[in-house]
Amino acid sequence: MTEMTEKKPAKIVLRDLQDKIAQDAWDAKQRGEKVGWCASNFPQEITTAMGIPVVYPENMGAAVGAKGGGQRMCEYAEGMGYSNDLCSYSRINFAYTDLKHCEELEIPFPDFLLCCNNICNCMIKWYENLALELDIPLLLIDIPHLDAKTCDEDRVAYIRAQFDDCIRQLEEITGKKMDYDRLQEVMSISQRSSQAWLRAVGYMSAEPSPFSGFDIFNNMAVACVGRGTVEAAEAFEQLADEYEALVKEGQSTFKGEEKYRILFEGIACWSNLKFTYKTLQSRGINLTASVYGPAFSFLYSNLDELMAAYSYVPNSMCFESELKLRVDDAIRNKVDGAVFHMNRSCKHWSGNLYEMERQFREQTGVPTIVFDGDQSDPRCFSEAQYETRVDALTEIMEERKKEAAK
Amino acid sequence: MNEVKQMLAELEAVCADPKKQLSDALTQGKKCIGVLPYFCPEELAYAAGMQPFGLWGAEMQVNDSKRYYPAFICSLLHTVLEMGLKGMLNDLSGIMVPICCDSLKGFGANWQYGVGTVPVIDVAWAQNRRLDAGTEFTRAQFRKVLGQLEEIAGHSISDADITAAISVYNKNRAALRDFSAAAARHPEAVSPSARCAAIKAGYFMDRAKHTEALQTLTTKLNALPEASWDGLRVVTTGILADSPALLQILEDNHIAIADDQIAQESVFFRVDTPVTDDPVLGMAKRFETIEGCSVLFDPGKQRGNELVELAKAAHADGILWVMTKFCDPEEYDYVPVKRKIDAAGIPLLTVEVDQQMVNYEQARSAVEAFAEMLRA
Ligand code: SF4
Ligand code: SF4
Repeated sequence: MTEMTEKKPAKIVLRDLQDKIAQDAWDAKQRGEKVGWCASNFPQEITTAMGIPVVYPENMGAAVGAKGGGQRMCEYAEGMGYSNDLCSYSRINFAYTDLKHCEELEIPFPDFLLCCNNICNCMIKWYENLALELDIPLLLIDIPHLDAKTCDEDRVAYIRAQFDDCIRQLEEITGKKMDYDRLQEVMSISQRSSQAWLRAVGYMSAEPSPFSGFDIFNNMAVACVGRGTVEAAEAFEQLADEYEALVKEGQSTFKGEEKYRILFEGIACWSNLKFTYKTLQSRGINLTASVYGPAFSFLYSNLDELMAAYSYVPNSMCFESELKLRVDDAIRNKVDGAVFHMNRSCKHWSGNLYEMERQFREQTGVPTIVFDGDQSDPRCFSEAQYETRVDALTEIMEERKKEAAK
Repeated sequence: MNEVKQMLAELEAVCADPKKQLSDALTQGKKCIGVLPYFCPEELAYAAGMQPFGLWGAEMQVNDSKRYYPAFICSLLHTVLEMGLKGMLNDLSGIMVPICCDSLKGFGANWQYGVGTVPVIDVAWAQNRRLDAGTEFTRAQFRKVLGQLEEIAGHSISDADITAAISVYNKNRAALRDFSAAAARHPEAVSPSARCAAIKAGYFMDRAKHTEALQTLTTKLNALPEASWDGLRVVTTGILADSPALLQILEDNHIAIADDQIAQESVFFRVDTPVTDDPVLGMAKRFETIEGCSVLFDPGKQRGNELVELAKAAHADGILWVMTKFCDPEEYDYVPVKRKIDAAGIPLLTVEVDQQMVNYEQARSAVEAFAEMLRA
């Protein structure tokens, strides 16, 4: 056996890494260290460089949804008075905060909260409620939605001031000091991870794509939260190498023949992940484009660029940039169609989805469908509707393939 | 009393036909700028000699807007978009769109691609509103808005113009506060719908004219003899409380509005813009002190404390939360703010309202039951 084959596959390494990040937080809590709850797109460079353990309620919401607890937890939150209109991640988190227990997954309770609204303003309201409920400090980095393709200087200066203020407050809360050399180091490790992530997802343009695109949903958690660590950088490099090898061999981890390639827009329906995946896979449809690919790269070369980079996340950019990201990805990765998730939980993402779908269809020329769902509340998803729409999409993609073959 | 009635009727007529105000302003050669909630720097448009025109939705059914927004977006945004798509707002020279809730963040693109003809003026203000850097960001962004307004107006806008506009708005806010207090003293003369209309009319009129009308009205109200009121008094909270059907239900149940914490009402006028050398800085600084609105960063939920204080100060019998359907900032606030209200022992009724709602029977029964409980 070669050394290469003895290695754990990157997928497992990444999963273990995610478990380790979670365990580290538990251990830190046990040792009496201060632990935070953190928004998924909060600049992780700060906490990683300061060695402050944080956990991510959104990731918990996804995992609870995937393990079948979404509806129960959401309903509990509704019993507390929260409308079923609200983001299901937040409802799951409110339920957990009140119950202090969740059979699917638990995370250590926080001593402080780190909020960032680049993905949504609902985050602010959610964390305000937690701060009051748990009586702990709330630190907000406000990243205003972009109204142009680039992040203006006013925004950079504002984000930078908040970054500094946040560090100052975190030093007070945790007693840990920011080491700016270490911050530089974390920034370069993050760049290494980001480059590797981009290289890995870049292989989706190969035909066939070397992997089942749904894997992105699992791997992006680490890409998002752990990318400041050497372990993550190495794991993503390994992942990219593995994909590269598969491409060279013309192989893929996607089960069955890759007949059609699609862009999947939106967050996964964690509670219905298997069904949404199987319905596509059984028809030979592989996901080869997703905003989670290019958008989770956070490329920068200095602190000011880092500030701007946190404005270039999905949901924070202006419509035109959001659209371009999808269209470019779809073209590069040669999709035959697209599936748009109208996510009941996510008002901003859904608020432009119809227009996004129209313009995407016009610019790429591929057929599209929209289905109703939710990332963690299964009550908003209908298997019948999803299946019918996927069938309709498959039919058109098939016709087009036949036409093209003539 | 008749004069009061007459004046209130005039303001109610303004709200019944805002389009007329728009045409009147256009006839006078003024350009009009649509202003979506919340906290847009409309003083800057006023300073340019343009007329700000409030866009708080309308009681109407929507159709075309559903091609842009899914059904689970609030009716305020659905109906404004619908009006735009139907060409009803084509006379506007621009529309200010803030980004302070997730549904608003999508409005600009939907408007731009759906309506097209009326340019979007993006408005960003800082959520970290008590950091100097936040105030500076808001100031800089408002200056950017100013630049766009200058282009639309076709001339520059001086700091003196802005200072004068701020003064018009501060006077209007003072007049609104005085009116609200007078209306609370005279529920027999100012019904909930009349109170709402008197306040709301300001979003469609020239603010200076609105101030004049309110001042005269308030003087007349203050001259009325003290009247006894055997009905109930509530403080309202929420985004909007202008549903004619709901206001009628309150009136039918002898419920007066003693004060409010409604975004469209007192939240607009409770706090003045401070006077500063750079007038735009004053407009940004105003955010440091405003409270009571769910789209503002409010880590301690001061909104709840303020609401309890308002209810106590007004000797209100209870609080009425007018919940705008599909409004997530309000729905998030609901649980912790309700807890504060409950802790203060103040009765609370929550009624969900939607501008496309036609059946108010459930709301009527809820208000009746609440009133009965308060009277018991
Ligand atoms: S799903 Fe949407 S609303 Fe919920 S936390 Fe994520 S971005 Fe925000
Ligand atoms: S704050 Fe609420 S009512 Fe206002 S626009 Fe946003 S969702 Fe609609």
